[in-house]
Amino acid sequence: MEKVLLKNVGKPDSHRIDTYLAGGGYEALKKALRMDTEDIIQMVKDSGLMGRGGAGFPTGLKWSFIPKDPTLQKYLCCNADEGEPGTFKDRSIIEHDPHLLLEGMAISCYAIGADTAYIYIRGEFAFGARRLEEAIAEAYQKGYLGKDILGSGFSLNIHVHRGFGAYICGEETALLESIEGCRGQPRKKPPFPALSGLYGKPTVINNVETLACVPTIISRGAEWFASIGPEKSPGPKIFGVSGHVNRPGLYELPMGTPLREIVYEHAGGIRNGRRLKAVIPGGVSAPLLTEEQIDISMDFDTLAHEGSMLGSGGVIVMDDTTCMVKAAYIINRFFSHESCGKCTPCREGTTWMTSILKRLEYGEGRPGDVELLEGLCGNIFGRTFCPLGDGAVMALRGALRNFRQEFVYHAENGRCMV
Amino acid sequence: MLSEKVKEEIRGLFKKYRTKRSACMAAMQAVQREVGHLTEEDMREVAEMLGINPVRVHEVGAFYTMYNVQRPVGRYHIQVCTNLSCSLLGAEHIVNVIERRLGIKVGQTTPDNKFTLSTVQCLGSCGTAPMMQINDDYHEDLTEERVVEILDGLE
Ligand SMILES: Cc1cc2nc3c(=O)[nH]c(=O)nc-3n(C[C@H](O)[C@H](O)[C@H](O)COP(=O)(O)O)c2cc1C
Ligand code: FES
Repeated sequence: MEKVLLKNVGKPDSHRIDTYLAGGGYEALKKALRMDTEDIIQMVKDSGLMGRGGAGFPTGLKWSFIPKDPTLQKYLCCNADEGEPGTFKDRSIIEHDPHLLLEGMAISCYAIGADTAYIYIRGEFAFGARRLEEAIAEAYQKGYLGKDILGSGFSLNIHVHRGFGAYICGEETALLESIEGCRGQPRKKPPFPALSGLYGKPTVINNVETLACVPTIISRGAEWFASIGPEKSPGPKIFGVSGHVNRPGLYELPMGTPLREIVYEHAGGIRNGRRLKAVIPGGVSAPLLTEEQIDISMDFDTLAHEGSMLGSGGVIVMDDTTCMVKAAYIINRFFSHESCGKCTPCREGTTWMTSILKRLEYGEGRPGDVELLEGLCGNIFGRTFCPLGDGAVMALRGALRNFRQEFVYHAENGRCMV
Repeated sequence: MLSEKVKEEIRGLFKKYRTKRSACMAAMQAVQREVGHLTEEDMREVAEMLGINPVRVHEVGAFYTMYNVQRPVGRYHIQVCTNLSCSLLGAEHIVNVIERRLGIKVGQTTPDNKFTLSTVQCLGSCGTAPMMQINDDYHEDLTEERVVEILDGLE
C-alpha cells in the first residue's frame, strides 16, 4: 500500500516545513479553504474515517454535531496524550511529520468553525512538544496559521498544552479539565463536548492519527480513502508492534490487515525461534488473543465481534516464555496506578486486583484467589464513571479466559508453571 | 521566591488561554524547569499570579506524577519504563543494572545528589524497548552495556 501517514518519516529533515511543502504539503489546506465547510464534513463522512484514538467513532459524524451558529466560540483539541501501553504511533507523526498534523488540524478547524486549537501532548514527550512548537512557528511564518490564512478570511491559532504524567488525561473530558488547569478527572456525559466542551464551548477532540488522515481525504478524495481496507472501517492504519518479535516497530498498512500477517510478515515473526503464546491487539486494555485466534482482520468491527478491540492498534506479542500471571499483574498495576480516584469501583477495585495478582506472582497466592479476581471483575465492569476500570477488567478477563490454569497453578503451588 | 524570568514566562502564558487558571500546569512546569522541584512557597506564588486558591495549585501538583512537589530529585532523574513491552524485553534487568551501578534502590537519590532512580509506566516507546528517560531525553533499545555507557557518560 502507498504510505499516507508515515510517507515522510525517514526523509532527511522530515519535520521541516520546506520538506513538507516539497512533498505537496499544505495543498490540501489550500483546496479545503475554497470548499464549503459542509462539503468538507460530508467528504470526511463519506471517507468512512473512524477515530484512531481507540473508540473508533466516525469522525465526520462527530464534526457534524458541532452547532453551526457562527457567533459561538468553538475549539478543536488534538489528543496527543498517547498513554495506552503498547502504543507509540502518534509520537512518530509528532516528531517526524508535525506539519501533517498541523495541516489536518487547520482543515478540521475550518470545517467546524474553530479559530483556536490545542494540542494536548503528554508531558514526557518533551522533544515532541519542542518539535510541535517549532513547526507551529514555521507555519505562522509561511501564512498557514494565524490571521486570514492564505487570504481566505479564516484565522486560526494553535497552542501546545503539555500534560504532566496522567494516563487518564487521554480520556477526552479529563483532557479538557487538564487544559482548564485542573486535575484530570473525567466529566459526566452528557453534555457531550460537541455541545459543551472546553470552557463550556462546543469542542471536537480527535486523535493525532485521525487528524493526520484528513489532508489525504481532501486531496485524494473520500472514495479513494474508503477503497482501502474493509468497507465498514476503511483507510490506512498505523500498527505498532512490540514485544517478542524480530522486527518491532511501526507499520502503516490497510485497515483490516490480518493479525498473523502483521506479526509474522511485517514484524518478522517470533524471536529466537520461540512459539507465539498470546497477542494483545490494541493496547493493554484490549483482551489478548491466542495463537489460534490471530487469523483475524485488524479492524474495529471484527475485533469487537471476537470479544477484543482494535483500540489504538498497539500490538504486543508474547512468546511461550511469558508468564500470564506476571503480564496480568503488570497490566493491572498500571491501571490501579493510573486510576484517577474519582469513582470507588475503579479506585478500590483495581487496587485490590493488583494486590491479589501481586501475591499470586510472588508465590503468596491463596486458594480461591482466582475466584476472588473473577468476582472483583464483575463488581467493577460497567459500574465505573469512565472506561478506565472497564479496560482493566477486559484485560484481566482476557487473560483468565485463556490461561485460567496458570493462575490456578500460581494460587495452589506458589510458583509459575511456565 | 519565583525569579523574574519565571514570572515573565507565566505572564506570557495568559494569552494562550481563556482563563488564567488554565496556565496552572504550564506555570508549574516553568518553575520546576528552573528550580528542579516545587516548594510550598513557589506554589503559593503561582496561585497568587493566577488569582486562584493555593489548594487548586496543590491538587494539580499532587495529581500529575511528573511534578516533584517538595521532593527534590538529583541532577539526573532516571526513569525506567517497567510496563509490559519493556518488561517482556528485560526492563527488570535494566533496573538491576542501574541499581548496582549507582548503589541505590528505586526511589532513592545518590548521596552526591547526582542521580535519582524511578520506575515509570509506559512512555510511548514500546517498539524500541527496553527504554528509560533521563531528564528530557529518551534512551531506547537498551542493553546492559549501553546503560553503563550512558550512566558513565553523564557529567
Ligand atoms: C482511559 C482512557 C484513555 C484514553 N487515552 C487516549 C489517548 O492517549 N489518546 C487518544 O487519542 N485517545 C485516548 N482515549 C480516547 C479518547 O477519550 C477519545 O475517544 C479520542 O481522543 C477521540 O478521538 P478520535 O475520535 O479521533 O479517536 C482514551 C480513553 C480513555 C477512556
Ligand atoms: S511499555 Fe515501555 S515504553 Fe511502552
